[in-house]
Amino acid sequence: MPLLEVNGLTKSYQPGNPILKDVTFSVEAGEFVAVIGPSGAGKSTMLRCLNRMVDIGEGQVFFDGNDVGAQNKKGLREVRTNIGMVFQHYNLVPRLTVIENVLHGRFGYKSTLQGVLGLFTEAEKRKAFELLEKLGIAEHAYKRCDQLSGGQQQRVGICRALIQDPKIILCDEPIASLDPNSSKVIMDHLKSISIEFGITCIVNLHQVDVAKDYANRIIGLKKGEVVFDGPSPLLNQRFTDEIYGMKTAVETRELITV
Amino acid sequence: MNETVLKKRKFQMTMLFLGVIVLTYLSAWITDYGFVSSLEAVPGAMAWIFSNLLVDGEALGKLPAIMEKLIETVFMSIAATTIAAVLSLFLAIMGSKTTMVNRALGAVSRFVASLSRNIPVVAWSLILLLSFGQNSVTGFLALFVGTLGFLTRAFMETIDEASLGSVEALRATGATYWQIVSKAVVPQGLPQMVSWVLFMIETNIRSATLVGILTGTGIGYMFDMYYKTMNYEVVALITITIVLAVILIELLSTRIRKVIL
Repeated sequence: MPLLEVNGLTKSYQPGNPILKDVTFSVEAGEFVAVIGPSGAGKSTMLRCLNRMVDIGEGQVFFDGNDVGAQNKKGLREVRTNIGMVFQHYNLVPRLTVIENVLHGRFGYKSTLQGVLGLFTEAEKRKAFELLEKLGIAEHAYKRCDQLSGGQQQRVGICRALIQDPKIILCDEPIASLDPNSSKVIMDHLKSISIEFGITCIVNLHQVDVAKDYANRIIGLKKGEVVFDGPSPLLNQRFTDEIYGMKTAVETRELITV
Repeated sequence: MNETVLKKRKFQMTMLFLGVIVLTYLSAWITDYGFVSSLEAVPGAMAWIFSNLLVDGEALGKLPAIMEKLIETVFMSIAATTIAAVLSLFLAIMGSKTTMVNRALGAVSRFVASLSRNIPVVAWSLILLLSFGQNSVTGFLALFVGTLGFLTRAFMETIDEASLGSVEALRATGATYWQIVSKAVVPQGLPQMVSWVLFMIETNIRSATLVGILTGTGIGYMFDMYYKTMNYEVVALITITIVLAVILIELLSTRIRKVIL
């Protein structure tokens, strides 16, 4: 049974203007999937449907055998606890310290009162430090997050996702606000997470070359429809042009020379 | 294209400026307000202030009584503000788009906030005076109600702009509503909120004087009493102590703001 199964997912914010049209795919445990497509293709919406951060319109999403759309509040909380999420703008609480932000990832396992009072076990704190160590930001543990660079903040975001002990990590444009160096660091970390811990990753990306370098599999979205789904090496120039709605490379070159 | 846009903007600005001048002139004409004659009255008024509002030895004898009332007023303002702040925080959380539980509660909280904000504090004083009579509870309530509306609005905006991203992130980890509120919304907005509360305490100490005049409580009542008995020396002393108290509180809250921000 696949870890994640998406069946005929259709979603529209305004009636008659669907942002996702009949999206169907499934992801096996351990895969590293990149989702590419132009801005407005529905990448973010699709990712947020997987853990119901936006309500699923038509169709179903099955995660680990559970129908995500049919969960009640408690069930949804359980589903989300098993899904880590990493954001373009890191979405940390900037005024809190790095270690506090990492521990936020444990809230799904705690009662409201434990969470409000900030009661974390020794094991959880140790795990948080281990993760910070692994991502190379342990020395910043007691700094406020707003004193960190973008790349460092994103690593805190990844730690927060990892401490959830997730089965899958959803990354929404994790490197879109970072410089090339930090981008490489972040992508390397995501790749090593998927290999070392066997955590499935779905990463929304703008950069086709990055997707081809890191992902085993690429899903191309265009205007809410899946136009490519296959192993990364099969994504050639023709598909890329179709996804991004460009003229074929030859025509473009001709235009430039003229 | 660009040039016509610029010309149009320039024309609009000129018309606006002319409009303001015409409006000023018209309102002065309608209300019979003479700019020159009011300017001429200034030296006389100044002379009155400096000859009558002088603190003398006899007035200084009243200082302990004044201080007692002043301290009472200051503490009443602080109490009204802080208690209103606690309630405002709940209303703001219910009313903010980021943390709204449901539409009905949100609408109720926004209605309460706008009702208490849009009725001026003077009107509240007079309304409450009728229902609660002349005592310090009335003054307290008048300040409380006005503060509640203002702080709810201010907190709501603080929450809306400060915490959208982190709220989303915590929802995605499976955090519960109150975990999100206490660990993302409140820490992020706290400095801004404390700053608003301090601002409101300053404002309330100032309005407490007016509210006191209207409801017959605190330093305002004392001011009113000596004013009506034409004991201007004491009035001057009261005014000075109020000004000093406000300046002191302002300095103090600037300090606190520097520490927390």
